[in-house]
Amino acid sequence: MVCDICGSGDAVVELTQIVNNEVSTSHLCEKCAAAKGLDTTPEPTNFPLTDFLAQMGEESSSEERPDDARCSFCGLTFADFRETGRLGCPHCYTTFEAHLRGLLRRIHGGTQHVGKVYLQPDPTASEMQKRLDGLRRKLDRAVGSEDFEMAARIRDQIRSLEPSV
Amino acid sequence: MADLTTIPDYGLTWLEASGAHADIVLSTRVRLARNLQGYAFGPRARVNDREAVLSQFQDSAKRSESLSGGTLLEVPDVETRTRRILLERRLITRELLGDQKKGPAKGSAVLLSARDPMSVMVNEEDHLRLQSLVSGLRLQEAWSMVDRVDEELGQELAYAYHHQFGFLTSCPTNVGTGLRASVLMHLPGLVLTKEIGKVLQGLTQVGLTFRGLYGEGSEVVGNFFQVSNQTTLGKTEEDLVDHLDKIVRQVIQYETQARQVLLRDAQGVTEDKIWRAYGLLRYARALSFEELVNLLSGVRLGVSLKLLPGLRVYTLNKMMIFTQPAHLEQAAGRDLPPSESDAHRATYVRRILASEGDVSSDESDEDASSDRA
Repeated sequence: MVCDICGSGDAVVELTQIVNNEVSTSHLCEKCAAAKGLDTTPEPTNFPLTDFLAQMGEESSSEERPDDARCSFCGLTFADFRETGRLGCPHCYTTFEAHLRGLLRRIHGGTQHVGKVYLQPDPTASEMQKRLDGLRRKLDRAVGSEDFEMAARIRDQIRSLEPSV
Repeated sequence: MADLTTIPDYGLTWLEASGAHADIVLSTRVRLARNLQGYAFGPRARVNDREAVLSQFQDSAKRSESLSGGTLLEVPDVETRTRRILLERRLITRELLGDQKKGPAKGSAVLLSARDPMSVMVNEEDHLRLQSLVSGLRLQEAWSMVDRVDEELGQELAYAYHHQFGFLTSCPTNVGTGLRASVLMHLPGLVLTKEIGKVLQGLTQVGLTFRGLYGEGSEVVGNFFQVSNQTTLGKTEEDLVDHLDKIVRQVIQYETQARQVLLRDAQGVTEDKIWRAYGLLRYARALSFEELVNLLSGVRLGVSLKLLPGLRVYTLNKMMIFTQPAHLEQAAGRDLPPSESDAHRATYVRRILASEGDVSSDESDEDASSDRA
């Protein structure tokens, strides 16, 4: 099938639109779909976790098998994790970090946390900076949405952190 | 021994049908998963780990403005039927109830805030699950509530946090923000016009996922869908919440359009479906819960389209909760086998519909007097 728009490319995307209750379906090539703002790259979807885990086993079978690795804190082995899909304790993330990175990328599409920053009792300067940046972003939002009670609370939080930077 | 009268608002403010788009969106829930440093996660935690987690949480909750004065229920101390009621009210999860034979593990608890429609589950899959549950589409509000409690608790507790992976969780699908925001939607228009498949497929393409009424693994009944974010790592909490909000509003628009199509192209059939559902609910002598939910879907559509005047969305919400098995047993004051449960359910529904007043003028109300109060 050829693309409904340019008439030359191979149609790979079926676009269904409802405009004024009229349903219309068009077939577009990748280029024209992209021009219409449609993302044709597959996103991380509803693959069950066990599928990821099974894949991980296959990938590593030729190299060093991670199954024997064991968390020194809780005793969980990587084989246990593959079976249950649950990690045993916070330390597991450090123990299995190398193997988890690929898995997390496939589940979430990324591996770097960019949300709220939690400050350990003795934070480093860069952690503190990230935390302050996050709070300022939140303050802007609160002011933007005229939530002044929230804004005042965030401002106090920022003040309590700032002197120590 | 905890009993239900100690639960603030009976934990049911989310039923009140007060938020935006309350006829299409039943409720909004936001939860954050948090764990403490130095203890194994739920499934591998030993009894003393679990007790230490609970006691640390209790200390910090006392100093938290949002949680102090709340009601803490330790699940093993709660009567079996009350546990099931908490589950039916979506205040706790099946996981917190533990193995069916062994019962809830020591340290399993839930704290219900006295201030806000929110609660904290302790020693579930993660050490802490902070959740808010509000009526209608109110994602920002629900997020602010848990965010605030998280800030308060985070100043007291040593959270398990990794510079790259963020907040660490038992299941890697929750790591990062630990945030799951979900919106319970009623989408009969899209189901009847057969557009639902495309919409659901669209959801998965934009990083969202959907489940049935009762969360993970539950089937879709009564055209109720829980839509939530699929990923938790690599985006800020605000972005996750805003994205879900944006998409849910689009789905509401599609649903509204689909309902208009139904009224335009198939008004007779649609009205017939709605009135049949109402008639069955109004006069049936036995109803399974699944049948009830499916019929309520039709009636809900009728109320939303203003074809069944006089009925309130709140009444319909309430019916879905109070007709669940443990709630019926509580009202009856004894255990009920399924056949009796079905009869009690039908009686309850008839009584509620009769007390709401008749939706049509030519109907008699003969069974109202024979129903038990």
